[in-house]
Amino acid sequence: MTAVPAPAVSTDRRRLTVHETAIGDRIYEIVTTACALVVPALVIAIAIAIFAGAWPAFSKLGLSIVTSSDWDVRAGRFGAAPAIFGTLVSSALALIIATPLAIGVAIFLSEFSPTWLRQPIGFLVDLLAAVPSVVYGLWGIFVLVPLLREQVMPFLRDRLHLGATPFFSGPAYGPSMLAAGVILAIMALPYISAVSREVLMAVPRSQREAALALGATRWEMIRDAVIPYAKSGIIGGIMLGLGRALGETMAVTMVIGNRAEISASLFAPGYTMASLIANQFSEATSDLHQSALLAVGAILFVITLIVNAVARWLVWQVSRDRAV
Amino acid sequence: MLQSIEVSPGARVIPRVVAPRAASAEARETATPEKPCIITSHLSAFFGDAPAIKDVSMVVPQQAVTAIIGPSGCGKSTLLRCINRMHETGPNTRVDGQVEILGSAIYGDGTSATAVRRHVGMVFQRPTPFPTMSIRTNVAAGLRADPRSRLAQENVDEIVEKALHRAGLWEEVKDRLNESAMTLSGGQQQRLCIARALATRPRVILLDEPTASLDPLSTQKVEELVYDLRETVTVVIVTHNMQQAARVSDRTAFLLAGELIELAPTNALFTAPMDPRTEAYITGRFG
Repeated sequence: MTAVPAPAVSTDRRRLTVHETAIGDRIYEIVTTACALVVPALVIAIAIAIFAGAWPAFSKLGLSIVTSSDWDVRAGRFGAAPAIFGTLVSSALALIIATPLAIGVAIFLSEFSPTWLRQPIGFLVDLLAAVPSVVYGLWGIFVLVPLLREQVMPFLRDRLHLGATPFFSGPAYGPSMLAAGVILAIMALPYISAVSREVLMAVPRSQREAALALGATRWEMIRDAVIPYAKSGIIGGIMLGLGRALGETMAVTMVIGNRAEISASLFAPGYTMASLIANQFSEATSDLHQSALLAVGAILFVITLIVNAVARWLVWQVSRDRAV
Repeated sequence: MLQSIEVSPGARVIPRVVAPRAASAEARETATPEKPCIITSHLSAFFGDAPAIKDVSMVVPQQAVTAIIGPSGCGKSTLLRCINRMHETGPNTRVDGQVEILGSAIYGDGTSATAVRRHVGMVFQRPTPFPTMSIRTNVAAGLRADPRSRLAQENVDEIVEKALHRAGLWEEVKDRLNESAMTLSGGQQQRLCIARALATRPRVILLDEPTASLDPLSTQKVEELVYDLRETVTVVIVTHNMQQAARVSDRTAFLLAGELIELAPTNALFTAPMDPRTEAYITGRFG
């Protein structure tokens, strides 16, 4: 230590505290890092377990599990094509029904609704997401399916003469792809609507004013300024709804009819991957049967993953042009 | 000279701007209220119960630049937003009194705010290009013709080019009209917004602190543009920058706490203000 010459007049002899043991910060950092690592670890562990379990089925059945429509447990044939078809069609149908409705609700709530009405309607729409899916299933069986069988299906087929197309032909049993699509639409709607509402409300006032100042009507303002600005967020919301529809099990199993057939008609019963698994896991005694169910689960997992990737890509595509 | 403008809801045709006039020194001197463009009488505007401007009666002459100055919160922007009926777009707002533009009472019975705004362009404090649109579609955004229809295409291109020329932006963007408007700098974006407002050929342009978010060089370009605009259009500019008001305007209005204190030729207002409050403000004693 070199001696520092003391200043002529030294009045302050207290030393500065320049050391501090930030032990709290360290603990905090370790705990949060651990939390952050647990989640991806879980995802990877689950994926490994599923694919490992599915491997025997994939190696034994090959591509036929995706391409074949023949699911015969006793004969050891497991073709899940109808279930894959059913999952994709019912989810697409759900989006076709839910998207316009959900965006309509979101536009009303963000643009037209009086302030006092915004909260209650928004709350009710959000509540749709809170209803347990088995309750939707029950409502589907006792209300929706009879309604479709006795009113909607005959109306579509005979009154609107849509029976001439393959999509609305055949007998109206009730439990059907259409019923599954409608149930899924109701379940996906709150997700799409809530996200769309938030992104529409987040469109800056300056964008709205810029459109109005150009002499735009309210509708022109929404069409030309608000919706384009919010587009990437709305697409994100739709993809969230699609994710919900793809994975939904209970309610769909209760109304879709559970028949492993590929039919163009929305009136015909169908199957989905999730309902296939739910129906058969308890009676899967043979190793191959178990493995085949896990393989279906793996395919569903991959499809969901692809949907999420596509969603990310779409949102990125739409939003990359602007630096806001 | 006093062509009336159509402000009823059905009006879709935008009348031609009156013939350009040379902005010579003499013309500036004669830019007196004898050729009125905007007349406000006993105009008050409220947010809830609180008045933002109180009983403002003023005359803005045609084809001149009128600046509105005053301390923050004095109601400059609100006064401007009453001239194109933007004030009423906020929640709980109310306007009392009358505004007449080129002989038409814009708050009269049966008038439509949308129709009024087609004649009165507005540019805001921060540039507000539409981020998802290209430079071209941004400028064409206010035109009613569908830019996708081939018949209108030629016409729209012509209008877009003209508007960009008038906004002094054409040379900088002519090779990249289809690029996103967000690729432009802040100053270019603001001139794009001016071009967008000019494209519909309004009779009046309202500028709400148009250079507040710009660097000095961009500010200078916008000021030059404003100075030139007076030849074809009536300009009202709100600014908190007194030097700017002195540089670009023919007449200046001083607003304080919602009241119009003084409105005079810019030179006179800055060199020999009539009201002691104006003098206090321009000499920097408050605000």
